[in-house]
Amino acid sequence: MIGDWLDIGPTDQIAPGNARTLPVRGGEEIAVFHTMDNQFYALVNKCPHKQGPLSQGIVHGNVVTCPLHNWNISLKTGEALGDDEGCVPTIPLKVDAGRIYLLREAVVAKRAAVAKAA
Amino acid sequence: MNAPMTFGNDNPGSGTRERLVVIGNGMAGCRAVEEILARDPGRYSIAIFGAEPRVNYNRIMLSPVLAGEKAFDDIVINTAEWYEENGIELISGDPVDQIDRATQTVIARSGRVEPYDRLLIATGSDPFIIPVPGSKLPGVVTFRDLDDVDKMLAAADKGGNAVVIGGGLLGLEAAHGLNLRGMAVTVIHLMPTLMERQLDEAAGYLLKTELESRGQVILTGADTAEIVEKDGHVAGVKLKDGREIPADIVVMAVGIRPATALAKAAGLEVERGIMVDDHMITSDPAIMAVGECVQHRGTCYGLVAPLWDMCRALADHATDSPSGYEGSVTSTKLKVSGIDLFSAGDFSGGDGAEDIVMRDAARGIYKRVIVKDDKLVGAVLYGDTADGSWYFDLLKKGEDVSDIRDALIFGQAFASGGALADPNAAVAALSDDAEICGCNGVSKGTVVKTIQGGACSLDAVRSQCKASASCGSCTGLVESLLKITLGDDIQSGPKTVCKCTSFSHDDVRRLILEKELKAIPQVMQELHWTTPDGCSSCRPALNYYLLCAWPGEYVDDQKSRFVNERMHANIQKDGTYSVVPRMWGGLTNPKELRAIADVVEKYNAPMVKVTGGQRLDIFGIKKEDLPAVWADLNAAGMVSGHAYGKSLRTVKTCVGSEWCRFGTQDSTGLGVKLEQMTWGSWMPHKFKIAVSGCPRNCAEATIKDFGVVCVDSGYELHVGGNGGIKVRATDLLCKVATEQEAMDVCAAFTQLYREQAWYLERTAPWIERVGLDHVKQGLFDDPEAVAKLAARFRYSQQFMQDDPWAKRAAGEDAELHQHLAEVRPLEFAQ
Repeated sequence: MIGDWLDIGPTDQIAPGNARTLPVRGGEEIAVFHTMDNQFYALVNKCPHKQGPLSQGIVHGNVVTCPLHNWNISLKTGEALGDDEGCVPTIPLKVDAGRIYLLREAVVAKRAAVAKAA
Repeated sequence: MNAPMTFGNDNPGSGTRERLVVIGNGMAGCRAVEEILARDPGRYSIAIFGAEPRVNYNRIMLSPVLAGEKAFDDIVINTAEWYEENGIELISGDPVDQIDRATQTVIARSGRVEPYDRLLIATGSDPFIIPVPGSKLPGVVTFRDLDDVDKMLAAADKGGNAVVIGGGLLGLEAAHGLNLRGMAVTVIHLMPTLMERQLDEAAGYLLKTELESRGQVILTGADTAEIVEKDGHVAGVKLKDGREIPADIVVMAVGIRPATALAKAAGLEVERGIMVDDHMITSDPAIMAVGECVQHRGTCYGLVAPLWDMCRALADHATDSPSGYEGSVTSTKLKVSGIDLFSAGDFSGGDGAEDIVMRDAARGIYKRVIVKDDKLVGAVLYGDTADGSWYFDLLKKGEDVSDIRDALIFGQAFASGGALADPNAAVAALSDDAEICGCNGVSKGTVVKTIQGGACSLDAVRSQCKASASCGSCTGLVESLLKITLGDDIQSGPKTVCKCTSFSHDDVRRLILEKELKAIPQVMQELHWTTPDGCSSCRPALNYYLLCAWPGEYVDDQKSRFVNERMHANIQKDGTYSVVPRMWGGLTNPKELRAIADVVEKYNAPMVKVTGGQRLDIFGIKKEDLPAVWADLNAAGMVSGHAYGKSLRTVKTCVGSEWCRFGTQDSTGLGVKLEQMTWGSWMPHKFKIAVSGCPRNCAEATIKDFGVVCVDSGYELHVGGNGGIKVRATDLLCKVATEQEAMDVCAAFTQLYREQAWYLERTAPWIERVGLDHVKQGLFDDPEAVAKLAARFRYSQQFMQDDPWAKRAAGEDAELHQHLAEVRPLEFAQ
């Protein structure tokens, strides 16, 4: 049986203040963030502005600054902050016993949409 | 092993009372029994099994025992008399090995079989041992019970070196105790911040500094590879980076795991902990569980406070007046004497959450509270924890704090002051002789007089009466006085670095040197940053300022760099990168060109372009291919071109006297020499150089940051040109006769710019801001200035001229280039 949560490995693979990527075959690449406050978040790795790879931005507080045009995106909600408007999908994430889990249906949701369109 | 001891009731099965058997004579088991007795003392006949051969003691007070601040007798909770008076049978030193749910009995190691009507499992947790070679050696201990403390005390008696693995609460308390007992202590912590579960980076930094000042060595980001043996005993700890730390004793304090083996073997439902409902009932209605061994609503607790709440709910249920446990909000205090540290709740921020930060560098205080939806949701306090319990109370009760929000950070006394809850009103209420600025001894009256005398900005107040001009911790008070005195007529001061601070770039640069600040969290603390870890504007700026101020000493903070400088390539709009290898002075050769051509084909780069700076730019490289691309380019002798950095970009040249019929000097040769001198240096912004061999200026030297125009009699040196949005032709700085002089002035000018400009300020706006005369004075007023500045530049360069591509190609920071994993849904698996 396939569980609801997808184990993507131990938390120590991502240093605080950094992000790593998780490509999804047939779907949207996901960025997994580790903040300086030791929180973990997952977003689709695309800025709502011009699809910049958020995983490559500077992380401060629970915000990432997109590397392309400095939009600030909330890691918790995926929403653009300040005067900018837009939102990137978030993927429910939990940390359990030192491992990171993503909600499986959210990881493959995008893929299903793509498959239907195709 | 000690023989089992028995206290109390010799005839346990007597009467009609229900039999309650408790597995675990620790804090949870005994507290649960106490709670039951308090409600209905006659209800159960009780037996408690304990694995340790002693009465119940307060485990969280083991740290003070280790530190020599308390004796074992001081931390005993329930004495032998307590068991006796309450008719409780204590079977200590005889652990339960099996639960037989069919016959409702437990079987102890001695073979003793004990029937139960109700069973309570309170087995607590086991220390987690990291599975490295040598972890079972004599001299490797955990920090869980009194036996562990005894082993540590025995080791401390002999002196020597102790290594504590784990920089969490328990590890730091063990380190503190061993340090007080005279051992040389090193703490090895995997994460970059101590106590990262409870503290943010700022507080973790202060804690580390304090512990280091007490003589402990704290190694963060340190991963243990193995425990080294000598003569059958532990001799040291080897880290994955190859360092080896000698050790006579190694304390493993990396975490705990709920002790669930017994419950699991009995077939109870177990995930991370033993699953219990709100009444602490397991999947078997006759069996309850409590404490660190349980998992309640998805959470396992490792602190003592939740235990009290759990035991209340358990006792309510066991005495037929069920209430229910709803989970706990926890807080943490570190039991290290002289260090005040408190954390509670959630400090991850989030949607609508707002940080309020107060720092007082002079008193070593950092406070941060997190407010969300008008409620306090988290607090981190360092240096002054007096208000910890007040914040914790607000947090647990979920009280609306909107009325006291502005004064919340100042603590209970201030925030509860009714009318004084407005900080401006509080400042207005101060008497005229109240001291505002402690550093410079400036009273409120003096500040107000200064403002009334025409100082309408923070900066003007600072320069005229010195209030808040030194450490800056009274900036908020001065701002309040400006507001009270002038209303809306306040003038904004010079541009601050960003919204996280009231200091300007110049102030930050000056204070980094004056106060010898050498790390980003230290700057943020000492200069009273209003955010916990800065923002995407100030982090890169501070990283540069520190790098410039302390060459060879400051360790570059990669996570404070923009993506291009972290990836050593230029990010493009589709997320791929472009790669520009260095071509000294714009010169190249067949070997380099072949290597570039091979890379383009091998990695299917869709485009190659000649840049404005006379280099070749390879487009469309994926981040995971970068190290391999660099390895191929390195193999042909090429290094990073730094086309991505706030750094020396290129030295553009014309062909000069070697070929050109108009050339007056060897402009290509000088260009190559200048590039070899300046490559790799980090700057406030990008920096371009050009050398033209005659005044026809084919290399366009008069729109560069530093331009050389060769003439018959020598070299004209130009500065501050820019060909960008706002074109600016250079100013002529000076004329020199020899190549060496041209090189020296270039090094000196570059260093002056590095030391004085604001981060992200090109030379053109810098010179327009400070004036060409200021630059000339800095370089030429003191006849030694050029030599001194050039010497500082060359000193710094010896640490910078290290090809970053070569290190990455050799495998450094590989995780920056690799995906975490790849998800392949089943239909795509083929």
